[in-house]
Amino acid sequence: MPDEKPKKYSKPLPHLDEEIRPWWEALKRHELYIQKCRDCGFTRYYPRALCTNCLSSKTEWVRCSGRGSIYTFTVTNQNQAPGFRESLPYVMAYVDLDEGLKMLTNIVDCPPDQVKIGMPVEVVYDDVTPEVTLAKFRPAR
Amino acid sequence: MMNLSRKAAVVGVYEHPTRFAPDKTVYQIMAESLKGALDDAGLTIKDVDGVAAAGIGGGMGMIGLCDYLNLTPNFVDGTNVGGCSFLVHTMHAAAAIAAGLCEVAVVLYGSQISSARFAIGTGGGGGGGDAPEQFDGPFGVTTVGSYAMVAQRHMHEYGTTSEQLAEVAVTMRLHASMNPAAKYRDLITVEDVLASRVISSPLHLLDCCIISDGGGALVITSAERARDLKKKPVYILGAAETVRHGGAGHRDYLENAAAQTGKLAFERAGVKHADIDMGMIYDSFTITVISQLENLGFCKRGEGGAFVSGGRIRFDGAFPINTDGGGLSSNHPGMRGIFLVIEATKQLRDECGPRQVKDCKLAIAHGTGGALGTRHAGATLILGNQ
Repeated sequence: MPDEKPKKYSKPLPHLDEEIRPWWEALKRHELYIQKCRDCGFTRYYPRALCTNCLSSKTEWVRCSGRGSIYTFTVTNQNQAPGFRESLPYVMAYVDLDEGLKMLTNIVDCPPDQVKIGMPVEVVYDDVTPEVTLAKFRPAR
Repeated sequence: MMNLSRKAAVVGVYEHPTRFAPDKTVYQIMAESLKGALDDAGLTIKDVDGVAAAGIGGGMGMIGLCDYLNLTPNFVDGTNVGGCSFLVHTMHAAAAIAAGLCEVAVVLYGSQISSARFAIGTGGGGGGGDAPEQFDGPFGVTTVGSYAMVAQRHMHEYGTTSEQLAEVAVTMRLHASMNPAAKYRDLITVEDVLASRVISSPLHLLDCCIISDGGGALVITSAERARDLKKKPVYILGAAETVRHGGAGHRDYLENAAAQTGKLAFERAGVKHADIDMGMIYDSFTITVISQLENLGFCKRGEGGAFVSGGRIRFDGAFPINTDGGGLSSNHPGMRGIFLVIEATKQLRDECGPRQVKDCKLAIAHGTGGALGTRHAGATLILGNQ
């Protein structure tokens, strides 16, 4: 499979900043959240401490259904960065979450030539290191 | 609010002829470009009291650049928002001159990205320190991939075809064939573009800009002083800058910075789309041109594919674009915004020889920096020779 993990994980890893540690910890438990401002109701992804609409720091974590559809994608045939050059081709996509926000991710468990805009997808959790889990998506089953 | 229109002018330009310069430093390329642009204007380094540049050194690169050039300017701008930085510098320099902060500002660029064998579009993959990079780098986002996702969505929503994208590349190559300094000058066809390998679907190799070394310089001064210099002044009529990004997850990726900067620049210049004689529209990828033209308002959203077809954007067409051959064929040292201003200026001075646009009085330059499908800056300049 294109997304098979190399023996040693060499792709870039996110900094697990304290600012949004609960989000990364939830992913480790295989739970995906978006944020919603408790003051103005504005939803946001990626996670951050303050609402971008009103700068309130009162945040509700909203558990996602894990479902959405592909807004757009690209089959990447060339990327010279370590980790990716060994896993070509791979599919990068924006998924429109059912909660109404777009999330950049990878589409996995699907031949790249079968990926289509509008395709319903569901989250799969990729435990890439003991500390980091990434939310990727596959065709909804 | 102070209106910047016609307060300042581009009075000197120089495009460094190199496309491969492993024997030079980026500082040397910038200094040689500075000399070329000052000679073009009929000024000397002693006249310079404002400096802008991007892409040199680290966060304090401007200090090192001023040290190298032995300059102690009254205006310094190190804004780095990618490829459109130099359009932003031009706007900031015009504002600084209008406000009396300096009198003669220079905008400088030098790059050895080709001889350093740096992969601009297909390298990277995150790992940087920016907040948003934590959420796209791990998934293998590349520059070309970001633009490719815009192209894919454009095709889906509007039925734009690979053939229409290819029209942009074919036209840029035609223009490059008339530019002795262009890196690639052999004509190509739509079929050649479609037959080139897919780098990141739906974009083929020939939908992507080339990689070269290069550099350039601009000299900008007040409209008043411009009148006494060597060349016909090219006045800055309207300018605008902004940024687009994920919008906290709410972004429409077919809308981009050009929608905001185009509207503002036209308002500030007091001219209409139909008045514009030619465009320098950043062509990092073929989709970049189509999407920017729509967002600038030259056609409706979804009509960009048809707009670039049928010879309209050729040097002898109804709306000539990128007459130097663009980033797709002439040069792309990583950030090519300065060349948009240089070629527009040469067109407005009637200096372009076989690729000259007839009776060229008004030009638009629009640049994008960063990546259209993730986050980018955009800047628009409207330039005129009267």
